[in-house]
Amino acid sequence: MAYKRQIDRLPIIPADARKHNVTCHYCIVGCGYHAYTWPANKQGGADPKANAFGVDLSQQQAAETTAWYSPSMYNIVKQDGKDVHIVIKPDHDCEVNSGLGSVRGARMGESRFSETRNTQAQRLTDPMVWRYGSMQPTSWEDAYDLVARVTAAVIKEQGEDGLFVSMFDHGGSAGGYENTWGTGKLYFGAMKIKNVRIHNRPAYNSEVHGTRDMGVGELNNCYEDAELADTIVAVGTNPLETQTNYFLNHWIPNLRRTSLDKKKAQLPDESHEQGRIVIIDPRRTVTVNACEMEAGKERVLHLALNSGTDLILFNAIFTHIVEQGWIDKEFIEKSTVAEGTKRPDLYPARGEADGKPGHLTNFSGAVEGCKVSLEDAAKVTGLKAEDIAKAAEWIGKPKDGGKRRRVMIGYEKGLIWGNDNYRTNGALVNIALATGYIGRPGGGVVRLGGHQEGYVRPSDAHVGRPAAYVDKLLIEGKGGVHHVWACDHYKTTLNAHEFKRVYKKRTDIVKDAMNSVPYGDRDGMVKAILAAIKEGGLFSVDVDIIPSQIGQASHVWLPAAEAGEMNLTSMNGERRMRLTERYMDPPGNAKPDCLIAAGLAQHMERVLRDMGDTAYADQFKGFDWKTEEDAFLDGYQKNAGGGEFVTYDALRSMGTNGFQEPATGVKDGKIVGTKRLYTEGKFSTDDGRARFMDAPWRGLQAPGKEEEKAKFKFLINNGRSNLVWQNAFLDQANDFVMDSSPYPFIEMNLDDMASLGLGAGDLVEVFNDAGSTQAMVYPTPTARQGETFMLFAFPTGVQGNVVNDGVNELVIPNYKQSWGDIRKIASAPEVTKSLSFKSREYRLD
Amino acid sequence: MAKRCEKLVDIGRRQFLRGTGIAAAAGVATVVTAAPSQAKAPLARVDYPVNKLANIKDLNVNEPFDIAYPDADAPGVVLKLGKAVPGGAGPDGDIVGFATLCPHKGFPLSYSAADSTFNCPGHYSRFDAEAGGLQVWGQSTQNLPQYTLRVDDKGDIYAEGVDELLYGRLSNVL
Repeated sequence: MAYKRQIDRLPIIPADARKHNVTCHYCIVGCGYHAYTWPANKQGGADPKANAFGVDLSQQQAAETTAWYSPSMYNIVKQDGKDVHIVIKPDHDCEVNSGLGSVRGARMGESRFSETRNTQAQRLTDPMVWRYGSMQPTSWEDAYDLVARVTAAVIKEQGEDGLFVSMFDHGGSAGGYENTWGTGKLYFGAMKIKNVRIHNRPAYNSEVHGTRDMGVGELNNCYEDAELADTIVAVGTNPLETQTNYFLNHWIPNLRRTSLDKKKAQLPDESHEQGRIVIIDPRRTVTVNACEMEAGKERVLHLALNSGTDLILFNAIFTHIVEQGWIDKEFIEKSTVAEGTKRPDLYPARGEADGKPGHLTNFSGAVEGCKVSLEDAAKVTGLKAEDIAKAAEWIGKPKDGGKRRRVMIGYEKGLIWGNDNYRTNGALVNIALATGYIGRPGGGVVRLGGHQEGYVRPSDAHVGRPAAYVDKLLIEGKGGVHHVWACDHYKTTLNAHEFKRVYKKRTDIVKDAMNSVPYGDRDGMVKAILAAIKEGGLFSVDVDIIPSQIGQASHVWLPAAEAGEMNLTSMNGERRMRLTERYMDPPGNAKPDCLIAAGLAQHMERVLRDMGDTAYADQFKGFDWKTEEDAFLDGYQKNAGGGEFVTYDALRSMGTNGFQEPATGVKDGKIVGTKRLYTEGKFSTDDGRARFMDAPWRGLQAPGKEEEKAKFKFLINNGRSNLVWQNAFLDQANDFVMDSSPYPFIEMNLDDMASLGLGAGDLVEVFNDAGSTQAMVYPTPTARQGETFMLFAFPTGVQGNVVNDGVNELVIPNYKQSWGDIRKIASAPEVTKSLSFKSREYRLD
Repeated sequence: MAKRCEKLVDIGRRQFLRGTGIAAAAGVATVVTAAPSQAKAPLARVDYPVNKLANIKDLNVNEPFDIAYPDADAPGVVLKLGKAVPGGAGPDGDIVGFATLCPHKGFPLSYSAADSTFNCPGHYSRFDAEAGGLQVWGQSTQNLPQYTLRVDDKGDIYAEGVDELLYGRLSNVL
């Protein structure tokens, strides 16, 4: 039976409830919410004067009402030590979501830590250390001391390269400008840590080096552009599930024709019609279905290409647009580099240098280098030549009346975590540069994003390009101490099976050594740990909000706070910056990451001074922050472009709409922002001119992929679903989610299922030479034979176990192109009996 | 297809709820036990009316029968599925009843007989009538509210409760 809460009424928000600005903690879109709180012993009433909405709540409210909230938006939490009711509901006045709540964000309320209602009881409340054979609570001072002593000792022996760091670089959740600055100042300011990686990949690198090197920052348009575009191009993205309210609130009106008036009003001197969309994705997703239902099939072009062949498709579209003369000559002349550069000698096998895997050049250099016929591209991609030509036409051909088309190109993990990341990114941006679709209403060539952003750190130049392949180095036995900040390699890395095997072995060596010394003998303990490290052991410190899977191997856990338990600033996919105000207390003794970093820095300073290294100890000064706002002022305000205009007070007054970065000034107490980048045609290069990329097709680039494809029967495509946020770190303790998603699904073609004797809900093992994992079969009539799709990063079956260690030149993982075999483990377990395995596609018949 | 969809959405945007055909269909529901009028101690849960929604004879397999419960402003359906299902009532355990305002944003759901699902034209959510209203896919943070049904020996179908909060009201009984 489906999970039901049996809640038949909720406490009413009283008229005098406190109202806090909230940006959804989760995805890049950053929907606006408000958190209402009021004392546990009070309640509002149905009378308009007695509730926060001024509405008669004894009446049924209409669709899209502001005066309703679901049980998932409600909870009882601690605020200044007292129990309060809380409702976190979407804000109708936020331009991002206009009151829409996604199935993820609208569960923020019940995903708060509540001792009263036992929600998220998994949250860490105290620092924990390995003591007497298990994790035991301790004080901050004790935990800091142990971490600082071991870390300092390892650095003394191995240098700073002996300290490995995994740290988030995102906004939202427990990220944000405050916390990226706190961690950044510790590891890139006080220290210069080189063996460092980000939360979802094995190195410290950009996922979009290609577009950045071409001079085109990846978040260059605004969400309104999706309403204004004549054609939207969606590459390797499933926005209905992964940028839900951006898609519903800004793409759909265009496809549904309801943004036509806005187009006419803002862009009066050209013809307009309902939008079209080109979707480039090997899989038919719910996004494709929704677009067809709204715009009609004739305005939706789904190019279901062979997995990993995006680059040659882009080159064919680019070539066709050039041949048809649909380019923007004036833009190319004014805004892109005129002089070409010579192709590197070994190109395309080798790029310009180890850290520059492409060939950046002028327009004609790219035309020559990328040239490919529709027919040749059709052979590789498996598409029809006429469909590629149609895509080129929808993208390039001028509109009725001869005006240039307005085209927005959005891409995400299908490209970013796909074959030949750098050059595929470049080949796509070539199309936007040739047609001049950047910096203009209805345009942009943008990544759609995963998490929110919130990055401000001292320079990472010392990390170098290519950056260290951290996971590989850890597997090879390098490093003595590992600081992990809200990263779970056990779930969100490639080659995860092997990583987990080795990481457990190395950290167990240290655990065994710790078991041999009384905990209170600190000198003896540090000595034993250092000896174990010499034996190949690794000391692991995990800073997180919950006990993560990698944390099972760690020796110290430090409990962090997340957005709402602290003031936290982030920006979304159109660079919209907001402040999520602190509306509740962190669990127990948990603290914001920035203050944890500060504590670590202070203890490092003390320990180093005790060791007599005054000069090194002095590098750890400057962390005397009392609050997260202190870290914000030290970091964002002094270091971010336009940061000097941004204060918490100004952000508070700008509510859930905030402003779009970069800030350019303050007017009437409000921060003035930047709606679109590159409106003047000047790009992010030394000379202000963008570069094209010469990016010929070279097959599957990452080592081992061609062999894997030849050896194994099934493509194990993978990605996100609507219901689950990230690696389910909170969802794993949410009944609504786990009831309908106990295991990661794997979508399979029905004939493939029949040939393997599989039924709906059966547990299967997915395996290849990299490792093995498990998933639950989801029969999918639209899945192509031999092509599966598995939920990524789920705790009860980690897809990364079967992703080999092949990366691109800049150490970007290739999660998407994985192949494996499948065999049955067990018939559908009891927990799957209540599930529905019907098609996820909305229908009206 | 697209046209129909758009129309439904427009209806939603114009705040369709009052005086629609769905509400009018609520005429079939009769209140059997009205709440007593005298003052009494407040209860922990709302006091659901026991309403007759339909008789088995009114139902054809896989055709939703419009009703409203617990009052005329809360549209829903009774449905005979032709096979025993979770929450199913009646001699064959195949009669179910669901609220039909989407728990996400309150748009009216439409029933797809092709695969026995309720579908929302607003944001494409889908609920499985054969699995207790489980959201197959969608934006709602609740599964579809299902009625507790009782069928007497005359074949009359009564609703006696709802298992989730209904959209648009902070108390299931207003």
